[in-house]
Amino acid sequence: MTKKWIPLDQLPVGSFGKVKELALEGNIRRRMLDLGLVYDTTVESLRKSPAGDPTAYEIRGTVIALRSQEASKILVESMYKEDFNE
Amino acid sequence: MNEMNSSISDMVIALAGNPNTGKSTVFNSFTGLKQHTGNWPGKTVANARGTFAHKGKRYTLVDLPGTYSLLANSAEEEIARDFIQSRIPNATIIVTDATCLERNLILVFQIMEITNKVILCVNLMDEAKRKKIHIDLKKLSTILGVPVVGTAARNGKGLEELKDVIEKVASGEIAPNPLKINSNLPNNHIDFTNEMDPSISTIVKMAEEVSKEVVSFEKKNYHQFDRNLDKILTSRLFGLPIMLMLLGIVFWLTIQGANVPSEILAKGLFWIEEQLLFLLNRIHAPQWMCDVFIFGMFRTVAWVISVMLPPMAIFFPLFTLLEDLGYLPRIAFNLDHFFKKACAHGKQALTMCMGFGCNAAGVIACRIIDSPRERLIATITNNFVPCNGRFPLLIAMAILFITSSPSSFHSLLATLFVLLAIVLSVLITLFISKLLSKTILKGLPSSFALELPPYRKPQVGKIIVRSIFDRTLFVLGRAIAVAAPAGFVIWFMANININNVSLLTHCAQFLDPFSRLLGLDGYILMAFILGLPANEIVIPILIMSYMSEGAMLELNSLSEMKQLFIENGWTWLTAVCVMLFSLNHWPCGTTLWTIRKETQSWKWTWISFLVPTITGIVICFIVAQGARLLGLV
Repeated sequence: MTKKWIPLDQLPVGSFGKVKELALEGNIRRRMLDLGLVYDTTVESLRKSPAGDPTAYEIRGTVIALRSQEASKILVESMYKEDFNE
Repeated sequence: MNEMNSSISDMVIALAGNPNTGKSTVFNSFTGLKQHTGNWPGKTVANARGTFAHKGKRYTLVDLPGTYSLLANSAEEEIARDFIQSRIPNATIIVTDATCLERNLILVFQIMEITNKVILCVNLMDEAKRKKIHIDLKKLSTILGVPVVGTAARNGKGLEELKDVIEKVASGEIAPNPLKINSNLPNNHIDFTNEMDPSISTIVKMAEEVSKEVVSFEKKNYHQFDRNLDKILTSRLFGLPIMLMLLGIVFWLTIQGANVPSEILAKGLFWIEEQLLFLLNRIHAPQWMCDVFIFGMFRTVAWVISVMLPPMAIFFPLFTLLEDLGYLPRIAFNLDHFFKKACAHGKQALTMCMGFGCNAAGVIACRIIDSPRERLIATITNNFVPCNGRFPLLIAMAILFITSSPSSFHSLLATLFVLLAIVLSVLITLFISKLLSKTILKGLPSSFALELPPYRKPQVGKIIVRSIFDRTLFVLGRAIAVAAPAGFVIWFMANININNVSLLTHCAQFLDPFSRLLGLDGYILMAFILGLPANEIVIPILIMSYMSEGAMLELNSLSEMKQLFIENGWTWLTAVCVMLFSLNHWPCGTTLWTIRKETQSWKWTWISFLVPTITGIVICFIVAQGARLLGLV
């Protein structure tokens, strides 16, 4: 497993990441927390919209679309599928 | 929305929950009020109230806006929190979605922090069953310490049981003892605004734990179908074409299907007109009375019904079907990039879609946008998309002048033309949004998180009934209510003569030179002005005014309507300019009134009036003069 943290918007479609840091402030930060994006939450990058942005992510059993503007400030640890299944 | 006087003796029950969990469906089945529901987040935009009786007791049910949390991110959350926190509700029902219970529990824990009288309603059990998701409701109730009822509100399942539990909690027979996470917080007070991360993290982890305990998935890939469908509907290659195609199919079915019933209705109503006339003559009613009631009021109403009812009865159910399925958030997802480029909020795509139904509803829906700047942009530009009151005009113009007869090929052509008008209206929306955010509403786009809820099996039968009764008859009723007196006024204007010329002609002649510059004529502009109360009546007014000038010809088919227009000097360019002006002119009276109420400002109401009007004048001027210069007419 790589220990490198990457911005969520750079997580390749179809792969998983674990939330490590929210570099967001104020209302946006609260919004993300409300959706369940707390430390160590597993997120899957599902699909990019036709124009490439926003991207749909699976977060705690729901599908949420985020613009890269926000997703780039959510740092995740990218996980390989094998790691996730273990 | 619905002001109701609840007597003091009534028990007050609050209805809370995440957006899109079926709160409105529960509300409707309890109260019988027609709070329109759709499969997209943020539908309940104002506190709706209704009453219901159970076992001889009366209850007032308050439908709170759907929220993800109570942390006062937005106006809705503040409304929901304040109401739950006030001592008014005798119980609070939290409606949750059984197919994504974990996320829903985050809100449940937050509400349980501020009130004890909580009832958990796990809704959409039918969808969970379909996806083979099992939920141990008893265990959930034991863990949380509150009564839990499983429901499938759309089929009415579990609702009686829910009412029993409401009665017991409200009367104190059951005293819920909810699991509190921050028991050190002062009673009835929650303040997450400072250093809230630790507490929200605890809540989220707790939701995860509880969900693991009570939810089991028989199929690991229970959402595979949704994922696959999304892959197609929001695909890079096909996402936008499919969207246009679906809209195209809706319009084509509307245009193709509306022809025959429209003519049958017209024939039927004009047969009634003859009978009424015969009756009035039999009782020797004075001539002016026949004129006012038959040629003034009845004929206008007959036109409104025969031109508008069939397209609406087809269009509304189809649109509701897409809405029910959960397609609208996918439209927002597909289009968000363009709204971002226009410095607007992604949810504006949702309020825009709502505007296709009714602009006033679209303006109210703008409340789902948090940032005041982007909310104003969405409010001002909502009128650029045609509402259902304007679709019949667009469709009629397309059929009449783009095509010559109602054959399949021609209705395909008419569909393409209406589709083109829609695409144009979206482009204008984006352009004006950008213009506004570069001028009077400067700023950067704010944050955006859009939920793409699970697709749901639409209930076709219910959709038809609901959309016909809630939407079609509502819009038609409003149109008739306005058309009848308008027909009266126009008849008088056409029959009061000053210097041997009717008042209507005086007004139209006054407007004529200006209207000609825009490719219209005085009567058309007059019809748009008199149509301020409701866009639906523009065409009927126009027909009335043309007919009152010439011979009182019997209009009973679209081709005769075309003949009437041609006799009054219409060309294809006139039809195009009427379509353009219909897309871009002042909002109807109801919408303006709603904007005034929503913005609490005359200034923004005026701007909402002026922006589309000026846009329309500019566009029509360019098109009309351009076509004339190029010698196309």
